[in-house]
Amino acid sequence: MNRILAKTLLRPVVWVIYAALAAGLLYGIGYLVQLNGPTYFAQAILDGLRLGFVYALIALGYTMVYGIVRLINFAHGDVFMVGAFASYYAVARYGWSFVPAILFAMVICLLLNIVIERVAYKPLREAPRIASLITAIGVSFFLESFTALRFAFSADYITYKRPFEVTVWKFWGLSITNATVIIVGVTLALVLGLQYVIRRTKIGKAMRATSLDKSAARLMGINVDGVITFTFALGAALAGAAGTLYAIAFPQIWTFMGIMPGLKAFTAAVLGGIGSVPGAFVGSLLMGTVDVLVVSFLPLGSRLRDLFAFLVLIVVFLVKPTGIFGEPQVEKV
Amino acid sequence: MKRLQVPSWITTLAVALLAFFGVWYAKQGGHISVYWYQVVQLAAITAISALGLNLIYGFNGQFSLGHIGFYAIGAYGSALITKDYVTKWSGSQTGALAWMLAGQIGLVFALVLINKLGLPVVKKRISSSLSEHLAPHEANTLGTLAVLLISAASLAASVAVALGLHALLAPALETIISSLPEGASRPLIFALALINGGSIAALVSYLVGLALLRLGSDYFGIATLGFAVMVYTALQNSDLVIETMKGARGMVGIPPWSTWPWVAGGLVLLAIVMRNMLRSSHGRAMISVREDEIASQSMGVDVTQLKNLAFTMGGFYAGVAGALYAHLYGFLHPSSFSMIKGFDPLIIIVFGGLGSMTGTILASVMFALVIEGLRVILPQGFEDWRFVIYPIILLLIMLLRPSGLLGTSEWGWLRAPLPPERDIPVPNRSLRGSAVSASSEEE
Amino acid sequence: MEAAQLATTATETASEELSLDIRGLTKVFGGLRAVSDFDMTVPRGGLYGLIGPNGAGKTTVFNMITGLYAPTEGQILFQGQELSGAAPYRITRMGIARTFQNIRLFQGLTVLDNVRIAFHTHSGYNLVEAISRLGRFGRQERALTERAQDLLAVFGLQDRQLELAKNLPYGEQRRLEIARALATQPQLLLLDEPAAGMNPTESETLMGLIRFVREEFALTILLIEHQMRVVMGICEWITVMDFGQVIARGTPEEIRTNENVIVAYLGHASGREL
Repeated sequence: MNRILAKTLLRPVVWVIYAALAAGLLYGIGYLVQLNGPTYFAQAILDGLRLGFVYALIALGYTMVYGIVRLINFAHGDVFMVGAFASYYAVARYGWSFVPAILFAMVICLLLNIVIERVAYKPLREAPRIASLITAIGVSFFLESFTALRFAFSADYITYKRPFEVTVWKFWGLSITNATVIIVGVTLALVLGLQYVIRRTKIGKAMRATSLDKSAARLMGINVDGVITFTFALGAALAGAAGTLYAIAFPQIWTFMGIMPGLKAFTAAVLGGIGSVPGAFVGSLLMGTVDVLVVSFLPLGSRLRDLFAFLVLIVVFLVKPTGIFGEPQVEKV
Repeated sequence: MKRLQVPSWITTLAVALLAFFGVWYAKQGGHISVYWYQVVQLAAITAISALGLNLIYGFNGQFSLGHIGFYAIGAYGSALITKDYVTKWSGSQTGALAWMLAGQIGLVFALVLINKLGLPVVKKRISSSLSEHLAPHEANTLGTLAVLLISAASLAASVAVALGLHALLAPALETIISSLPEGASRPLIFALALINGGSIAALVSYLVGLALLRLGSDYFGIATLGFAVMVYTALQNSDLVIETMKGARGMVGIPPWSTWPWVAGGLVLLAIVMRNMLRSSHGRAMISVREDEIASQSMGVDVTQLKNLAFTMGGFYAGVAGALYAHLYGFLHPSSFSMIKGFDPLIIIVFGGLGSMTGTILASVMFALVIEGLRVILPQGFEDWRFVIYPIILLLIMLLRPSGLLGTSEWGWLRAPLPPERDIPVPNRSLRGSAVSASSEEE
Repeated sequence: MEAAQLATTATETASEELSLDIRGLTKVFGGLRAVSDFDMTVPRGGLYGLIGPNGAGKTTVFNMITGLYAPTEGQILFQGQELSGAAPYRITRMGIARTFQNIRLFQGLTVLDNVRIAFHTHSGYNLVEAISRLGRFGRQERALTERAQDLLAVFGLQDRQLELAKNLPYGEQRRLEIARALATQPQLLLLDEPAAGMNPTESETLMGLIRFVREEFALTILLIEHQMRVVMGICEWITVMDFGQVIARGTPEEIRTNENVIVAYLGHASGREL
């Protein structure tokens, strides 16, 4: 009796709720689409994804380093900034074209991060985890303030000179630039390359082993210090590429430009489930899209974008505390 | 041989008095400039905030990166009250105060209501009783719906309570304040503003903790960092909601009432409260959460409750510190509460020693001296080098002393008191006599 | 219908006299059935053992009893009360205390504080009294400290009270963990491999200590142990697990000669005894 009552009375209520939620979601999207026309909406999504691709390159460096040494490397955003400046000098001062410029940025960042790792993190490997977090913050401050000195990059906004002329193609009213194509293409190539390194090569296997259990990896004859250095270098190379691509997309650079993209990229990595490469990628795309949608559609969106970016983070955490792709960690008792 | 020892509270009191009158004398006698007088106060204010963070992270083990957000809330929250007293921006001298008090009481009412109803239990009960008849996701949805409806109802009730209270409070406060002479109403308003700054921050902190404390350590850190960035962004646009907060232009017209007695008094009072709390059963249980959460639970400690307590108390400390800061310069700008500034208290507590109140207070003073000292020492034209040299110092200190200045040790009265001397009866003679002591000597 | 009702009432009355009554307990991790359809009863005042080879699921059973893991299926009754789903700290407050296989002391705190933390539920003063140092604080805090010291004395640790837990030698850490568990004032004590890593003399002492504690505090004890000497020496009744299932139960004598058990431990039964 009870059972029939519950089924006939309560089940419809549930389905009404589901229908209302779905309708609300559809209405919301529909509203946004008709607000400024479907082309505007599609353009916003496209721009969001483009930004997401750049975030992904930064996020991967964060997530790899975190996966291996459990360190939130706050200096990573500033390495990204150095990457942007390196390619700026390559293009504007030496007149290099895109490919050598981005490779130059990647190499500079890679070397920089190896130095940082050796000086600031390696001596603290056996110390409490918080100690290296503080040195990471210190390195971040140092990079920002040092490069802001007059004889370095100076504290001014600098207009970034793109290494190529921007061409705009129109598809059904959508404008796609060659910059967008390059950003997406380079990011995809680098991410696939990274996946190959992690999944298929010997050093990748060593990285995965080290991230699972450092001491066991050492017992298996893996050069753990070497793997850690390699991870930092790899992450920095991606950050260097990201710096170049970001500057191409938003051609204004200054020495504090790394803070917000760095923080958002890290947040995106956490959002996706820290330590997971696909998670970092999906989280970044989500973060970039939210970023651009807020700017495009909300009144005062450009002023409130950071607020919404982190609101998304907190909402995701409330629903799934370990991020989208994160495995719930069961502590062994 | 035991020698007679001076009780630790006497030495500690002596040092505190010396520090207090030292600064007071230096100021009154004109031995230090206004600038350095403010630096000393800023050091004490930073110490209050850092003590709060040390409670959360150092003693309770919850890695929070959002402390600056609560500091900002306390600063702006209190500034609105005192600015009202001076400029009547809300239309009456106590308008902001009345709204804030009513709002907070309403919110507390809602929280108590929700707590008394035991929402998680309600949800569980509904879901499990329905899951016999319905699919789990259906039962779950209905449970969530019920919980949302109940929460909405209690929130509505709390809004009603707040509105009612405001109708009562507003005229009452206005008469009280206007009937008092200025010499009495000014400190009264200031004290109320300080407490309000703390309590608003504590309330927000309780809510944030409720939502986020169940996250794992680094996830919690990044989520609280996100909260701090949200507060910062909100402050940059605060003029959209309350015009007088002036958003990114910076809030002016706050009376500069913070003086050394207020600041030092606040620090001493809050340090005593924290010390007494830590050296009690509650404090020990709180520390046990840092040491081993699972063992702590298994000893009957309500871990969630203690995390909430530490986080809320820490938020209160940040709020009071922020309130004192707001009245130190009489000017507030969002950039004082940016993410970069937010690392300051973390750096201080790590440098002083996680889980050491003494270390925190010492480190706060040293931090202010280094930052301001560099400004004085560096030659003209090299001011920009301040933030290049500071991180290098930071790096060197961390490399040389990764566990901080003091580790977890404390000085004087701040130390855990020793148990009283007594003869402990040993009931278990057989064990004591033979095997136990024998086996322990083997190792 | 009536008969079934009668039967439930009968078992419920019976479970009132039982300290622990576990029925059909199952825990699945991913695809792994760590514990499968586990049944066990422990009468009040009993000293029972739970043994089995490594990875048999013994500690998982403990973790489910103490609420650290939620059972996938099954029921745990403690003195007739349902435990499944309760938070660990509530279960402890109901009267179940435990030690851990890999010693989980509060390493950075003193020996005395380790025990005083376990007294927290019974501290007898509230937060306001603690901060103001007024009211019941002074008296209760002294009483609490003295009770903690007395308890330490039972375990021969009275001279170590100001030492940090991590600085104690291994055997003393084991004893401190038992002392700490007793401070929660349990009726049922779960010991997870209390003799692990001890030499024969030490485990001999430990056995005496467990017997003493059981009398002195009127406890029910359930222990997991690997050292057969210890289990056979003190347990009245033994349950043997292998691959998450109960393979035998009985008195130490019965277990010693049980073929299933010998196979599980030695891989083959060649007429030997454990």
